[in-house]
Amino acid sequence: MHVDFSPEELAFQQEVRAFFRDEYPEDIRQKRDKGMELEPEDQIRWQQLLHKKGWAGINWPVEYGGTGWTPVQKYIYATEEANANAPLVIPFGLSMVGPVIYTFGNDEQKQRFLPDILASKVWWCQGYSEPGSGSDLASLKTRADLVGDHFVVNGTKTWTTLGQHADWIFCLVRTNTDVARQQEGISFILIDMKSPGVSVKPIILLDGVHEVNEIHFENVEVPVENLVGEEGKGWTYGKVLLQHERANIAGVARSRYRLRRLRKQVKSSVRGAAPLIGDKNFMRRLAAVEVELKALEYTELRTLAAVSSGKAPGPESSILKVKGTEIQQAIDMLSVQAAGYYALPYVPEQYKPDFADQYVGEEAETQSSLRYFNFRKASIYGGSNEIQKNIIAKHVLGL
Amino acid sequence: MDFSLNEVQEMLADSIDKFIDNEYAFDTRQKYAASDAGFSADVWHTFAELGWTAVPFREDDGGFNGDQIDIMVMMQRFGRGLLVEPYLANIVLAGGILKRVGNAAQKQKWLQPIMAGQLQASLAFTEPQARYDIANLATTASADGTEWILNGQKGVVFNGGTSDLIIVPARTSGKQDDESGITLFAVPTDTAGMSLNAYHTVDGLRAAELSLKDVRVSGDAVLGNTGDGFAALDETIDDATLAICAEAVGIMQVLKDKTVEYSKSRSQFGVPIGSFQALQHRMVDMLTACEQAQSLLLWATMTAAEGGAEAKRAVSSIKYLIGTSGQTLGEEAVQLHGGMGVTWDLDVAHYFKRLTAICQLFGNADWHLDKLAA
Repeated sequence: MHVDFSPEELAFQQEVRAFFRDEYPEDIRQKRDKGMELEPEDQIRWQQLLHKKGWAGINWPVEYGGTGWTPVQKYIYATEEANANAPLVIPFGLSMVGPVIYTFGNDEQKQRFLPDILASKVWWCQGYSEPGSGSDLASLKTRADLVGDHFVVNGTKTWTTLGQHADWIFCLVRTNTDVARQQEGISFILIDMKSPGVSVKPIILLDGVHEVNEIHFENVEVPVENLVGEEGKGWTYGKVLLQHERANIAGVARSRYRLRRLRKQVKSSVRGAAPLIGDKNFMRRLAAVEVELKALEYTELRTLAAVSSGKAPGPESSILKVKGTEIQQAIDMLSVQAAGYYALPYVPEQYKPDFADQYVGEEAETQSSLRYFNFRKASIYGGSNEIQKNIIAKHVLGL
Repeated sequence: MDFSLNEVQEMLADSIDKFIDNEYAFDTRQKYAASDAGFSADVWHTFAELGWTAVPFREDDGGFNGDQIDIMVMMQRFGRGLLVEPYLANIVLAGGILKRVGNAAQKQKWLQPIMAGQLQASLAFTEPQARYDIANLATTASADGTEWILNGQKGVVFNGGTSDLIIVPARTSGKQDDESGITLFAVPTDTAGMSLNAYHTVDGLRAAELSLKDVRVSGDAVLGNTGDGFAALDETIDDATLAICAEAVGIMQVLKDKTVEYSKSRSQFGVPIGSFQALQHRMVDMLTACEQAQSLLLWATMTAAEGGAEAKRAVSSIKYLIGTSGQTLGEEAVQLHGGMGVTWDLDVAHYFKRLTAICQLFGNADWHLDKLAA
């Protein structure tokens, strides 16, 4: 039992560090460091650079173009990626639908979809929640009726993140209503967003940002070959995907980066008599979150070590999701408290690329409250934290 | 990075697990705790025979060269069994000082019999006024020719009442809370002027108040260099802090498991109480607390075993986490057991009491959080 890296792992760390130093585009770096919004093109350009390096499919098996990295390599990568403040890879293709297709899809689907997902040539979004089906996801009502060689899809999906940019959507739909349990009769299908009858309606979140959407399907025709796996087994596939999603949203490396920035900020941010580092109450709160995060870091490492590579994480990933989002939100609140009055100015325009006017406050300050508001979503999405606790109670504690 | 136990640790873990499962049922523990000495001399001899009392000592002293990780493996299991035998007092505390600064003759005289299970020893690491500051010493030692004369009060000396030897830190120079000017003395309890007032502690263990009145010892009693005792004291307390955190994690896991079990078997309103969501979520929180504590314990112990700049931070981090989430977990275990949880008969109450005691030892949560916040 030991904490240090092997010589090979240290060499890998150097390689990753060098990559972020040399290949991470300077213009994207500057936008990120100033807290400016990225254009979808920036995001795609970055993901394609990762693909060129062979690092797009972090968790994918090698046979499908993945890295085949060990848990420790993934940990090292996530740490360096966060330390570079590089943008998070949009998860819908690479972390969600990709694993479902390579695990449950047929060969034709693997050949058709996986290369474009790896190369970020196709922007994917997620069609899970519905206006009437949130925590009770299996109650979903969007129908896909088989008519000849295609499904006809009718219904509404919601909370579809970045759906306004998407080329394709993966959906859980009901293909059979005559079932004993509502978890049966659900299928996993892939839908081209350009299909006639698909419409996208923005939902503006409390921070004023257009991030999520409602997607309407009106008699949308979907070829039957876009069904992944067996008809009626979509709930099982969807749960596997959610476990990937949950493990991913713990965000340990990002939280560590943000805490380190806060540690710097408390030394330099002087408003009034003394820097914030002299505020014992604040510093205690900060230290307490650091302890929780260090524990979570090792909980994640233990989980990774226990999961042999390629295998999907189990219900333990729910612990990571709950604790990880609690920590993220605690850091959000610390940032607001660190900003004081300068948490107040609502000046989103100064984070747009063409902003030429005078800045208000420091970036870390005026963004703190927007981030705090926006990330209240963290304990709600991916299955609310209360749903995660239901899952743990049932599948881990056997209650 | 590797979380697996090595071969020796696997064997150690296995033998302790077997011992607890086969020979250390809860009512046996209660019997030992209620005995005159407060623990079983037979069990202690078994510890020595199995070599457990030699684990953290150097090979050339007859030990197994164990480090903090080996002690963690053991203490976590001792926590599971809620053992009352004085491993902490003898091996981690008194032994921790002797192995660091004892000379060959002192090791021969004191450490060998400790390892053989033939001598009971303890460390008087605190004084009534000192709270958690181990440098705060009003006990003095003044030189008289080649001899020393000790005067002062020591508080809550674990197993002081059953000890043959007490290691006494005393001030030989400097101000009351200076780190320098502390000297460590090995003082047999039958030395004239040593008086012990032994008592039970709330967790079923034993401790004593020690008063030293003109206690005269020879120069041979000085462990290490005069005035330089702080480093050994500090390192030993850090080891002990990690050790009780491991014990706490073992206790937390038992409390969580017993609570989940109980909620499945206890019916109210015609259904097991574990079917109530209000309770399910609280047990999930207990599980999360266990996992987080186990994770941080591994990090803290491995980090301390490596030494280096992060070691102090690691010790304070785990002690803070145990002091907050561990205490809460204990309270939840009692609450979810309902009325049964507050009875003397139920093992849960005794695990809870030991956990509570651990939270107060070697700096409580606030003490360590202050160090981390600095």
